[in-house]
Amino acid sequence: MNRDQVLNALFGEGWKAEHLEADHFYGRASVLNQEVTVIGTSEKAEVGADMALTMARVVIQTIKERAGEPIVFLLDTQGQRLRRRDELMGLNGYMAHLAKAVELARQRGHVIVSVVYGEAVSGGYISTGMMADACYALADAEIKVMNLPAMARITKIPLEHLQELAKQSPVFSPGVENYLRMGHLDAVWEGDYSTQLAASISELQAKSRAEIAVDSRIARGVERGGRKAAGVVIERVLGHA
Amino acid sequence: MVNSFLEAGARDRVHGICDAGSFQEILKPSDRISSPHMALLEQPVAFDDGVVIGRATLGGAPVLVVAQEGEFLGGAIGEVHGAKITALIAKAIEEKPRAVLLIFESGGVRLHEANAGLIAVSEIMRAVCSARAQGVQFIGLIGGAAGCFGGTGLIARCCDVLIMSEEGRLAMSGPEVIETVYGVEEFDSRDRALVWRVSGGKHRYVMGDVQTLVADEVEAFRSAAMDALDTGKVNFDLQSLEAEHAMLTQRLAQFGDCRDAKEIWQRLGLPSAEELALMPADEFVSTTASARNVAKGAR
Amino acid sequence: MSMEQLKYNLPSKAQQAQRDAILVGVTASGNCEVLLEKGDDPAHCAVDIQTSARGFGTIWQAVLSDFAERKSAGGLKIEIHDVGATPAVVSLRLDQALEAWENEHGQ
Repeated sequence: MNRDQVLNALFGEGWKAEHLEADHFYGRASVLNQEVTVIGTSEKAEVGADMALTMARVVIQTIKERAGEPIVFLLDTQGQRLRRRDELMGLNGYMAHLAKAVELARQRGHVIVSVVYGEAVSGGYISTGMMADACYALADAEIKVMNLPAMARITKIPLEHLQELAKQSPVFSPGVENYLRMGHLDAVWEGDYSTQLAASISELQAKSRAEIAVDSRIARGVERGGRKAAGVVIERVLGHA
Repeated sequence: MVNSFLEAGARDRVHGICDAGSFQEILKPSDRISSPHMALLEQPVAFDDGVVIGRATLGGAPVLVVAQEGEFLGGAIGEVHGAKITALIAKAIEEKPRAVLLIFESGGVRLHEANAGLIAVSEIMRAVCSARAQGVQFIGLIGGAAGCFGGTGLIARCCDVLIMSEEGRLAMSGPEVIETVYGVEEFDSRDRALVWRVSGGKHRYVMGDVQTLVADEVEAFRSAAMDALDTGKVNFDLQSLEAEHAMLTQRLAQFGDCRDAKEIWQRLGLPSAEELALMPADEFVSTTASARNVAKGAR
Repeated sequence: MSMEQLKYNLPSKAQQAQRDAILVGVTASGNCEVLLEKGDDPAHCAVDIQTSARGFGTIWQAVLSDFAERKSAGGLKIEIHDVGATPAVVSLRLDQALEAWENEHGQ
């Protein structure tokens, strides 16, 4: 699915673009008679310092001007921009700034939903989509840290071996099903996306701030069997005198 | 006990920075809470999965501490490693220590546990921000050989304050990755001076991403951490976020066309890169004081 | 890289000091981490090794026997994660661990 298709599927006529570049966009949309802020990446965007800053600015604007307005992130990214200039500027700081903006929005009562509709890779996903209250992906989308051939080269573990092991464990290989099983995704979407988005926003808005503040992904990972060891650590550390 | 922060292992750093004898480890190595995933990949494990967590005092004040072991898989974050940090931060919200010390040394997400690592990084980022909003101060320390890269670099820039040595590096992607994708003209990863001018402590300090530059001495990190207890807290609020936004915006405006800290330092009217490279930390700090204010956009 | 598991039980003079477990070293290339703990048998030192360098059983036997003869390691157990450390490095780690164990003021 490309940007225009996902915008249409989610919002139909209710989408009002404010800024549309090839690799990133933002605007407003209507969901169940309320306005939401929409921020997104497209065409397998490379997320660099400028883009991270732009997205942070939109989040800050929503915090300042639109109390309580939900924020929806739509992601299609190949990861962080791999240029010396962006590293010189301190790309990790720009990304952290964006993540902090999202966290502040959450603390100020904005519910935040993210949907991966294309690809979501590492640094391109972490400061936006992964900071949401509820994270979703379309069934035919992709989430990964790195593709298997590159992982094989760097870890020096033969590719065939990684491919075999990937069948037994969700812990390292690409795939939205893995991110579901590990507890990160709330759900994988098929069918009527706009209804599911509306339901997600309603559900989040019905929660108290205290409930929203709790990051329940480890608990979910334990429940779904993808991250048992993390659950053990949490229990052992917090049960500790 | 080694004096150099760079050469010290994670536990030595903790013992050297915190008050003598005050450190109590949580989840000791003998508890054997290590990675359940490495056996499948026929990889060796560490008893503590490469991260030390616990309680201590700093100048008498209660603190919680995290220290990553850079020699174990480059300090990279896997499921257990990440959960230890997340759990420690949850403990900080409960106990409200004076500060949490995060001694970073990590290449980012551990590829062998890539998905667990990536999710853990975002959980830690959320936890740091949430704890900060509840008044907990986070002091990050960077100065190890493996640097502070990838997801760990993101966590570092969520802290209230960063203390870094010249030897430390803080960035997103490593130079080798950039060179592999775009070639040696884009980034010659073997040009060590260039690597440090792009990601090293002195450059990050002048840019304002790092608040304190120290010598490569465990004692110097200790002093700086104690000072930060009093002066380093930054409120997690709209005002601070907007101030940072302004700094980051004008940085791109002032220096966005630069490709090397040399160019930035020249524009700021600083001595040559060669001279700056030779300066010890305290001399560098005093030499760059007013240029640093200009770089940060302070009026 | 597949790992080899080795086990040894070495006669050794009983160690008198009692304390919490000691960890020295790091699981890194050319290095090893050594966890020293209280064991069950005062006349022996029990050693468990996980190593990425296969086929060095006789060398491990020699290094560990030498350690058990020189030191009072009876009543202790040792677990090692090794990534190709030389015998000299292994010996050093074992000695460091035991020295820390015997030193009342050690961490």
